[in-house]
Amino acid sequence: MPRDSESTTKPLNVTAALKEAAIAALVAFGLFVLMIGIRTDQGPTGALVLTTRFGALAAIVAAVFAGALLRALLWHRVTISFDRLVPASITATASSIAAYAAAAFLAFALMVPIVFYTNRYLLDLAILIVTYTMLGFGLNIVVGLAGLLDLGYVAFYAVGAYSYALIAQDFGFSFWICLPLAGILAAFAGLLLGFPVLRLRGDYLAIVTLGFGEIIRLILLNWQDLTGGPNGISGIPRPSFFGLPFNSANNGFAATFGLEFSPTHRIVFLYYLILALALLTNWVTLRLRRLPIGRAWEALREDEIACRALGINTTTTKLTAFAMGAMFGGFAGAFFATRQGFISPESFTFGESALVLAIVVLGGMGSQLGVAVAATAMLGAFELFREFEQYRMLVFGGAMVAVMIYRPRGLVSRRTPSVLLHERPARAGETHRETSR
Amino acid sequence: MEYFVQQLINGITLGSIYGLIAIGYTMVYGIIGMINFAHGDIFMVGSFLALIAFLGLVALGISSVPLALFIVLLVSMGLTALYGWTVERIAYRPLRRSFRLAPLISAIGMSIVLQNYVQVAQGARVKPLPPLIHGGYTLFEGNDFAVRLSNIQIIVVATTFVLMAGFSFLVARTRLGRNMRACEQDLRMAALVGVDVDRTISLTFVIGAALAAVAGLMFLLYYGVIDFFIGFLAGVKAFTAAVLGGIGSLPGAMLGGLLIGLIETMWSAYFSIEYKDVAAFAILIIVLIFLPTGILGRPEIEKV
Repeated sequence: MPRDSESTTKPLNVTAALKEAAIAALVAFGLFVLMIGIRTDQGPTGALVLTTRFGALAAIVAAVFAGALLRALLWHRVTISFDRLVPASITATASSIAAYAAAAFLAFALMVPIVFYTNRYLLDLAILIVTYTMLGFGLNIVVGLAGLLDLGYVAFYAVGAYSYALIAQDFGFSFWICLPLAGILAAFAGLLLGFPVLRLRGDYLAIVTLGFGEIIRLILLNWQDLTGGPNGISGIPRPSFFGLPFNSANNGFAATFGLEFSPTHRIVFLYYLILALALLTNWVTLRLRRLPIGRAWEALREDEIACRALGINTTTTKLTAFAMGAMFGGFAGAFFATRQGFISPESFTFGESALVLAIVVLGGMGSQLGVAVAATAMLGAFELFREFEQYRMLVFGGAMVAVMIYRPRGLVSRRTPSVLLHERPARAGETHRETSR
Repeated sequence: MEYFVQQLINGITLGSIYGLIAIGYTMVYGIIGMINFAHGDIFMVGSFLALIAFLGLVALGISSVPLALFIVLLVSMGLTALYGWTVERIAYRPLRRSFRLAPLISAIGMSIVLQNYVQVAQGARVKPLPPLIHGGYTLFEGNDFAVRLSNIQIIVVATTFVLMAGFSFLVARTRLGRNMRACEQDLRMAALVGVDVDRTISLTFVIGAALAAVAGLMFLLYYGVIDFFIGFLAGVKAFTAAVLGGIGSLPGAMLGGLLIGLIETMWSAYFSIEYKDVAAFAILIIVLIFLPTGILGRPEIEKV
């Protein structure tokens, strides 16, 4: 151990490390002996049949033992300090690159349909990613800026989607009339939720929003006459290019512009549509952060009592945050409905809320670029590891825990504070006087 | 009338199960002030462990049902307690000094992990178990409706009350209980006067998980079918029970559990079964808004 001489930590104690690892292995054995060691399946008669998997159990316990042993031996010895590992010059370059990262990301986003025009699969994935980015931006207003943990965000997404579907079908309005209506209705749903929860503290508020989200879903599921219940609504009108439908008819988009008809036109149009909506959300959020209301949101996140002492009206502050976040969720929902052409309560479960929340949390609560990067990384990874589908939620839940423990400010990005008490030269790695949180 | 009495019995049975889960929420909230969102999934894990342990014992040739169930109870309590301990150690303890919402977000992550872990390990399909405890008593017969009290209902309610009594004794009379009450009042002060805070919090999670495991076994015996998703709804309802009874209060958790069980059964019996979960969520919201201290809870003073 050449590092021992310069290390100030306690000397290497193999016996203690072995003991620690043995305990960890014992705990792992206890945890997994029944759950992994024995599998229950329904046999041909309907009764449960047991199959043993002691090999897998032994492998997991051995892995835990090895991991715990390594950790005990190395943890205090190899202190990986990010600042020391990476020279200052490199972090400085990295941070100057980061300044252009948003612009580069945007440029790439704009180029996607041109570069991948022939790849329908990638275009669909890109639409999905931008939809979740938009949802992330919307939730970011509520969670990241105002600090109100919303576990039922998908309710507004659902309200937007169903509003769009019902209005478009029953009244025959065009997409561009239905979109704002869906947003307004979702914002009303936000106010509806906002009013009663005004007096609640952080975690109670989170649980109430969870309940609200589930109530909306259960109503959609059971109100058969209006929503079609579990069958959902199908045949939702597709968007048109300012009145020109995307079909092969003579008054269609392709014929009007003298192009050869291709179904990809609509996909590209949808992509730019959701990108524009996401950018609108982003722009509004950035502008709002500079307005008194945005400052009030951030103050509310830091300390509600101080907020009240300073004369900020916490009622309107919270309500606007809910309504604003809900409105963008409603826009995203309307887009979702028009893209899918079919919606059902299946799409609006708590899992969706958790996914959007995870995007915001992993991206660094309050950071716009972080949300975009996190949405891309997460949904991209979901697609990459499609064959490991059953493990991906496992990893994603674990990632939420790990981020809270190791990088509570977000994995991807750090939010730059909107206001600084004293202007100071920006230096990478210096965060201790940040006014945020 | 007979119908009402029958629903009353069913409601109390269901409420006992909710009460057992609610204790885990209320204790953890009382001591460290966090909503252990993963507790419902701990209950689900407990019920799976009980199922697997029972099938394992049958495969080993233990044919006496009471003996098998007793061993199952001990095994599932012990192993589920280990899950509770591990979850606290991995996901919550490092966040003691983190920002306000961090433990809750971490708990949501842990809940997702547990659900999908069980789904991966045991499959997504429901697990049926044929009824093990038969028989019961016909209390009285009306015109065309007999009120029945089945043995399994007696076992569920009796076990719950025995455990509640034992647990109340533990909190009120033992050293561990005193430590827990000290931690509930003031964590830092308790540490100053020599209470091992980390150990006390760990044990709180262990006890909460063990009680959830009992609830899991009861659920399995009573309904005879479980899947990896039962923890979510049961967790939300038990949390509602904890808040309704007054969070931090043990009799409150039991009372809240019984009330929620009764409301749910009566709602399904007299109104609509489709909207029974809406009723549960609506009660949760109404209670949190209008009665945030619950029935037996103390008002909380917000400190700067």
